[in-house]
Amino acid sequence: MATGEPLIVLDSVNKWFGPLHVLDDVSLSVGRGEVVVVIGPSGSGKSTLCRTINRLEPINSGTITFNGRTLPAEGKALAKLRSEVGMVFQSFNLFAHKTILENVTLGPIKVRKDKPAAARERGLALLDRVGIANQADKYPAQLSGGQQQRAAIARALAMQPKAMLFDEPTSALDPEMVGEVLDVMTSLARDGMTMVVVTHEMGFARHAANRVIFMADGKLVEDAAPTEFFANPRSERAKDFLSKILTH
Amino acid sequence: MHVFTDPDNFDAYVSGFLWILKLTGASAVCALVIGVLLAAMRVSPVPVLRGFGAAWVNIFRNTPLTLVIFFCYFGLYATLGLSLSQDLDLNIYWLGVIGLSTYTAAFVCEAVRSGINTVPTGQAEAARAIGLSFAQTLRIVVLPQAARSVIAPLGSVLIALCKNATIVGTIGLLESSNIMKDLINSNGDAVIVIFLVFAGTFAALLIPTGYFFGWLANRLAVKR
Repeated sequence: MATGEPLIVLDSVNKWFGPLHVLDDVSLSVGRGEVVVVIGPSGSGKSTLCRTINRLEPINSGTITFNGRTLPAEGKALAKLRSEVGMVFQSFNLFAHKTILENVTLGPIKVRKDKPAAARERGLALLDRVGIANQADKYPAQLSGGQQQRAAIARALAMQPKAMLFDEPTSALDPEMVGEVLDVMTSLARDGMTMVVVTHEMGFARHAANRVIFMADGKLVEDAAPTEFFANPRSERAKDFLSKILTH
Repeated sequence: MHVFTDPDNFDAYVSGFLWILKLTGASAVCALVIGVLLAAMRVSPVPVLRGFGAAWVNIFRNTPLTLVIFFCYFGLYATLGLSLSQDLDLNIYWLGVIGLSTYTAAFVCEAVRSGINTVPTGQAEAARAIGLSFAQTLRIVVLPQAARSVIAPLGSVLIALCKNATIVGTIGLLESSNIMKDLINSNGDAVIVIFLVFAGTFAALLIPTGYFFGWLANRLAVKR
């Protein structure tokens, strides 16, 4: 639950891709330990929102603060900030030329300057936590999608991040592998990790989120507790969206 | 074959190709280093560096090598007084290396840059997301994966460099093409044989080079 000053604050953030207004005056704050699920139709700007938080996407106006500091420009300070924010991508993006264990230990060794032996030990523990310790010496292409995504989560956790960003982590997975990834995410949420999760998994939003954010056309349309949002969506856009996805 | 059984002619033939190998070796190393740096500049987030890299490539890729080599001799040496060795041959050799490296680096840069573009952007994003710097991202994540698609084109660049090395003959180095010209001048009855021997020597050096780079590219392949 949220305590003290919020960890992530977006204030009047705007972003354009050419003439397309992908983020339209978005303001949002995420408290420490809070799990915020972002949902909305395709092209609503939810992935972009997620990617602005560690500045993989620069913004045109507004401010984003993380842990009390405004996001720095490209350079050493930004790299430092990114090392404190874990990111999990839709397409896993594991380093294809490195083993699973090397993927997990690369950041700790090269960025945090941990000793290789210590990084290795922690890496194996994390792989064990996400249930793929026996895959440590394989290459990403040898693993199933679900296993790769769990490895990607372990890679992000290895940096001991203050928050985790998930950009549609289950959208590229075969249906039978979605559960194993959501289980890992749910256990992270229970352990008090601050999380921003862009997803289409309404079940996860219902049982693991503290808040649900609904976006449409680059605007933040609703911000409510999950029970309230799913039972009584206030906006027409949200009602329309929920009626389309929940009737199946 | 009487031309090459003469010891003086044979020694000249060998020394001509030794110059070619030395020019190729030194220029290949310099061009590789400069070319990779230029490629890094061209994909960097700093506009000044991107501009510098693009300018280098556009200038030297579009200038005839003969002009570049001439400039090294008449510009750098004869006019600006840049002398790299007391020994006349070695001086021309190093001027040639400067010209060949400068020119070839532009091609290396473009080969490396196109290789970098074959690595999915997600790889670099993931690297940046765990806090790696731009240089670390390139060195640890992107370039090793670009290797597969860069090796084969780099082989072609190396082969072209080896053949281009004969142009240093135009500023007075007694490399293979100059030797060949001399041999033809003094052995008018064996022109075809001389041609075939010199062309055959280049082929014997370069055909295995091409196969070696193809083999290397396959060995370094990254599974996705």
